[in-house]
Amino acid sequence: MHARAETAASWPEEIFSILQRFEVRQVPYVPDAGHSELIERVLSSSSMRGIALTTEEEGVALLAGAWAGGQRGVLLMQSSGVGNCINMLSLVQIFRLPFLTLVTMRGEWGEFNPWQVPMGSNTQGILELAGIKVLRASHPDEVREVVEAGAAQAYNACTPTAVLLSQRLIGAKVFTK
Amino acid sequence: MSKANLLDRRAVVSELLRDRKGAFAVGGLGASTYDIAAAGDHDRNFYLWGGMGGAVMIGLGLALAQPTLPVVVITGDGEMLMGMGSLATVGLQRPKNLSIIVLDNEAYGETGGQSSHTGGPADLVGVAKACGIGDSRSISTMAEVEAFASSLQDVTAGPRFASAKIDGANLERVLSSRDGTYIVNRIRGSVGHTPI
Repeated sequence: MHARAETAASWPEEIFSILQRFEVRQVPYVPDAGHSELIERVLSSSSMRGIALTTEEEGVALLAGAWAGGQRGVLLMQSSGVGNCINMLSLVQIFRLPFLTLVTMRGEWGEFNPWQVPMGSNTQGILELAGIKVLRASHPDEVREVVEAGAAQAYNACTPTAVLLSQRLIGAKVFTK
Repeated sequence: MSKANLLDRRAVVSELLRDRKGAFAVGGLGASTYDIAAAGDHDRNFYLWGGMGGAVMIGLGLALAQPTLPVVVITGDGEMLMGMGSLATVGLQRPKNLSIIVLDNEAYGETGGQSSHTGGPADLVGVAKACGIGDSRSISTMAEVEAFASSLQDVTAGPRFASAKIDGANLERVLSSRDGTYIVNRIRGSVGHTPI
C-alpha cells in the first residue's frame, strides 16, 4: 500500500481531465500502484482505451501505430519500465512522434527497496539520452501545471516529453512486517 | 538453403497484398519489409528498419485507431519471438481488423542465418492460440495463403494469426524508404490527417 500525500483535489483526476482535453484515445500502461487511480479512471472512460501491456516497450510501438492511424496516446509506466523501452524509444525520433509518457518514480525519497535505486537514479538521464524532454512534478499542487505543459509540448510541438511524478508526490511504498 | 516444399516468401506477400483494398501493411525489421516493398510501394505500407519486436504492437495501435480498415502485420519469426508478449496484449484487446502473419524460415536471415527457436520446439501458432487469438493457423500452401488474404478483409472477425513456413533462401533486397517520418506521415495522409 502507498502512503499518499493528502490533497483536496486528486491529482490523478486532474491528469485525466488534461488527457481528455487533449483528445488522448489510447492509454497503454503497465500496472503500477502510483498510476492505479488514473488507470481505473481510463478503464471506465468511454473516450479512452486503457491497454494493459506485458512490457513497457510495447507501449512505445503501440503509440507509433496509433499516431499513424490518427490517434493520440500516452504511456503510463514506472521508472523501472523506462529501462525496458530504450531501443524502442528510437521510434520516437525516427517517426517524430508526439510522444508523452507519465512516469511514476521509485528509487528515491524514502525508498525501502535497494533494487529500485539503480534504475530510479538513472531514469531522467536515460530519457534525456533518448532525446526526450523531462519535466518533474513533486507536489500535488503542481501536477496539473506540469502535465498540462508536457501534453502541450508533446502534442502541439511534437516534442517528446516525459513527466516524472516523483516519489515524494506519490508516497514511498510502505512495507510492513 | 532452399527446399522445394516450402513457400516462396515473395509469392506469399505478393498474394497477401494483391487485392489489399484499403489495408495497411506493417512489416517487421528485416526481410519482411523488403518483401512488402517488393510487392509494390503503397501509401499504407509501414516499413520497419528498427524497433525489433514492435511490429505487432504498431499494428495493434493502428488497428485500434482505424477499426474499419484491415491491418496486416507481416513479420519474421525472429522479430515475432522478440515481441511474443504482444500476442498476449492482442489477445486481450481483440481488435477485429488485425491480422498477423509470420514468415517463418526458422532463422535470423538478416544476421547470417542463425537458427531461431521456431526450428526447435517453439510453436508460434500454439502461442498465439494460448494468448486468446482463436483464429490461429499454420499455412503451408498457396491456397491457404489466398484464403488468409481474403479473410483479412473481414474486419468483423479478427484478430487472426498465421504462420507460414517459408523457404530460407536469401533473396535480393528490395529497399523501401528508410525515412520514418515520411513513412508515418504518408500513412496519416492516406486517412485524411494533415501535418501539424
